[in-house]
Amino acid sequence: MYRIVSSIFLAENIKKLEIEAPRIAKKRKAGQFIMLRVTSHGERVPLTIAGSDPEKGTITLIVQGMGKSTRELNMLEAGKSIADIVGPLGTPSHIENFGTAVSIGGGVGTAIAYPTAVALKEAGNHVITINGARSKDLVILENEMKEVSDEAYITTDDGSYGFHGFVTQKLQELIDSGRKIDYVLAIGPIPMMKAIAEVTRPYGIKTVVSLNPIMVDGTGMCGGCRVTVKDEIKFACVDGPEFDAHEVDFTNLADRNRIYLSEEKESAEGTSHRCHLHMDK
Amino acid sequence: MDAKHITNKERLAIPRQPMPAQDPKVRSTNFREVNLGYTPELAQQEALRCIQCKDPVCIQGCPVNIKIDEFIQLVADGDFLGAARKVKEDNVLPAVCGRVCPQEDQCEKACVIGKKHAPVAIGNLERFVADWEREHGEPDLPAIKAPTGKKVAVIGSGPAGLSCANDLIRQGHRVVVFEALHELGGVLMYGVPEFRLPKEIVKTEIEGLKKMGVEFQTDVVVGRSVTIDELIEEEGFDAVFIGVGAGLPWFMGIPGENLVGVLAANEFLTRVNLMKAYDFPAGSDTPVFDCRGKNVAVFGGGNTAMDAVRTAKRLGAEHAYIVYRRSEAEMPARVEEIHHAKEEGIEFLLLMNPLEFLGNDRHWLTGVKCIKMELGEPDDSGRRRPVPVEGSEFVLPLDMAVISIGNGSNPLIKQTTPDIEVSKRDTIIVDINTMATSKENVYAGGDIVTGGATVILAMGAGRTAAKAIHDKLMGTEVNHNEW
Repeated sequence: MYRIVSSIFLAENIKKLEIEAPRIAKKRKAGQFIMLRVTSHGERVPLTIAGSDPEKGTITLIVQGMGKSTRELNMLEAGKSIADIVGPLGTPSHIENFGTAVSIGGGVGTAIAYPTAVALKEAGNHVITINGARSKDLVILENEMKEVSDEAYITTDDGSYGFHGFVTQKLQELIDSGRKIDYVLAIGPIPMMKAIAEVTRPYGIKTVVSLNPIMVDGTGMCGGCRVTVKDEIKFACVDGPEFDAHEVDFTNLADRNRIYLSEEKESAEGTSHRCHLHMDK
Repeated sequence: MDAKHITNKERLAIPRQPMPAQDPKVRSTNFREVNLGYTPELAQQEALRCIQCKDPVCIQGCPVNIKIDEFIQLVADGDFLGAARKVKEDNVLPAVCGRVCPQEDQCEKACVIGKKHAPVAIGNLERFVADWEREHGEPDLPAIKAPTGKKVAVIGSGPAGLSCANDLIRQGHRVVVFEALHELGGVLMYGVPEFRLPKEIVKTEIEGLKKMGVEFQTDVVVGRSVTIDELIEEEGFDAVFIGVGAGLPWFMGIPGENLVGVLAANEFLTRVNLMKAYDFPAGSDTPVFDCRGKNVAVFGGGNTAMDAVRTAKRLGAEHAYIVYRRSEAEMPARVEEIHHAKEEGIEFLLLMNPLEFLGNDRHWLTGVKCIKMELGEPDDSGRRRPVPVEGSEFVLPLDMAVISIGNGSNPLIKQTTPDIEVSKRDTIIVDINTMATSKENVYAGGDIVTGGATVILAMGAGRTAAKAIHDKLMGTEVNHNEW
């Protein structure tokens, strides 16, 4: 069992959890993820590692309550434990001094963009962050992002805070201002990542996205997380989760992520048991 | 019949005792075990068929060299516990092997009686004695030698790792097994379905190893959570055995393979076996493709393909097809599994090759375009090569496709331990006499060395490695008869 050390809400439905996992705290690098099971009958859920404290032996996760498992996780307070955490999984982010690097986080994607922004800063980049949310209440990690950035921007869809508009518009504005941008990291909902890829494509700016396909084991065994990258099959859990945004088939990713939508709805609603099998053993 | 006063002629007159099984109509709607096991009477009757050859060639047919003649004699004598102990001298997972070994290609293939009659049902007897022991009180633990002060890391808790751990702990070494998943047992837990191998049986066999002192750590991915070098340099392990299995599933490389509804067998089976998706949403939070009333095809002809297609049937598929490009004679699956699948209503589409998966405007699978094949000249594998029949293309309507054509090697160990030599196919290269890799004090065995193979071959490799590790750590040649 893995003990939760602290558990606080960052925004409505978005929680920051610090969990004891000493092996992972010591090893993890930016861009890597873990898989966890909240309970012994729970799903294996992949979540990117937002940070860690190797001395304390803890890792930080930032979780948006979406389906049954993430909602269950977000109900847990400090002192409670979860059944399993395994990791760090996936290939760490490729970090170098690119020059000017823009790290873009959309919604809870900011939690994933943040550790990579830290690593980019440490590598000597001029770091620009764009932190997008639907409205002011949903902006997370504002101070953290500011601290690590040479320039920090907030965008909200409804204009309740910062720039009124999408992260893509802010990025386009930066490009149009004649800034030389060498590297873009974009993490958030699939439509956002796809849109960012289209903004940077004409300029040939190296752009990286972190993908979130459906996974079961997370170690390369099941093949569920395969994504089409440059017309080839790649496994996000071992080859990724970060890929060149200009080579990813986002339509295929979005389609494949829809496979269990009706089941997830059924599970989250806790509707009647549909088991038709005679598991009367 | 009295085991002591029976002539060989009388023994040969006894027919092979069939394995009692659940009715196919009933079992294809449940996940309970298909085979029900011998009764003591059936087991003794079957054991009497063994003529106790002076040179029991069946033992050479067994990759772990179980003392087959001796254990069968004990069954005939009615000493079932004694028989179980005899099997366990060489096999740490008899209840598993009695269920999943391809006996017809191993011990039973070598059986002398099999030349003229049906061979002795060695597998069924192995299963019987293991089940008897489990169901009749606390089994005796084998003797453990005095501690040697040496520490060995075993990576992977599947058949290779468990068998290696068993032999090492008995020699007095400290053994720590690292498992990537949250459950122990490897492929026995995520791969083989409940109806062929109840998970409780695997758990009981692993419990025995825990009682003997083997330590287990779940949720550790060696290569990511900790590297092999760190295990040796920082955690003080004197030797490492790698038994991580095969890994990455192969796909066919045909158009449409990434459509929604096309799954690897590993994913489908892991959802159902390990994550218990058959019990979704009441008992498990992990969903699986809703097969009820649907058309499901599994591509491949091995045991995994049979497991997947029979699972789809149990989940309610209207049509559950096996699509295989050769004929039934070339199928690598166990004869019993093919037979059981047919009884359960699985439809076999043989000599059929998929060309392309077809989808709708939402990119969900709707069917597969196939071409008929005929058998031509033998290829490198000695099997007759299937050749397409021109103009025979047709479309099979499908809701779900499961790809079961084998697995490549997981690249994690290679990426994080560059001084371990691997083949072009990324399998680990070993000395087959010792299972030693190119890296000092690191050994490997099972599917990561051979590519996808059987439980018993992996166990044999685990034993070979354990012997070599022991010799290396103690600087001695042991008398291997004592193992």
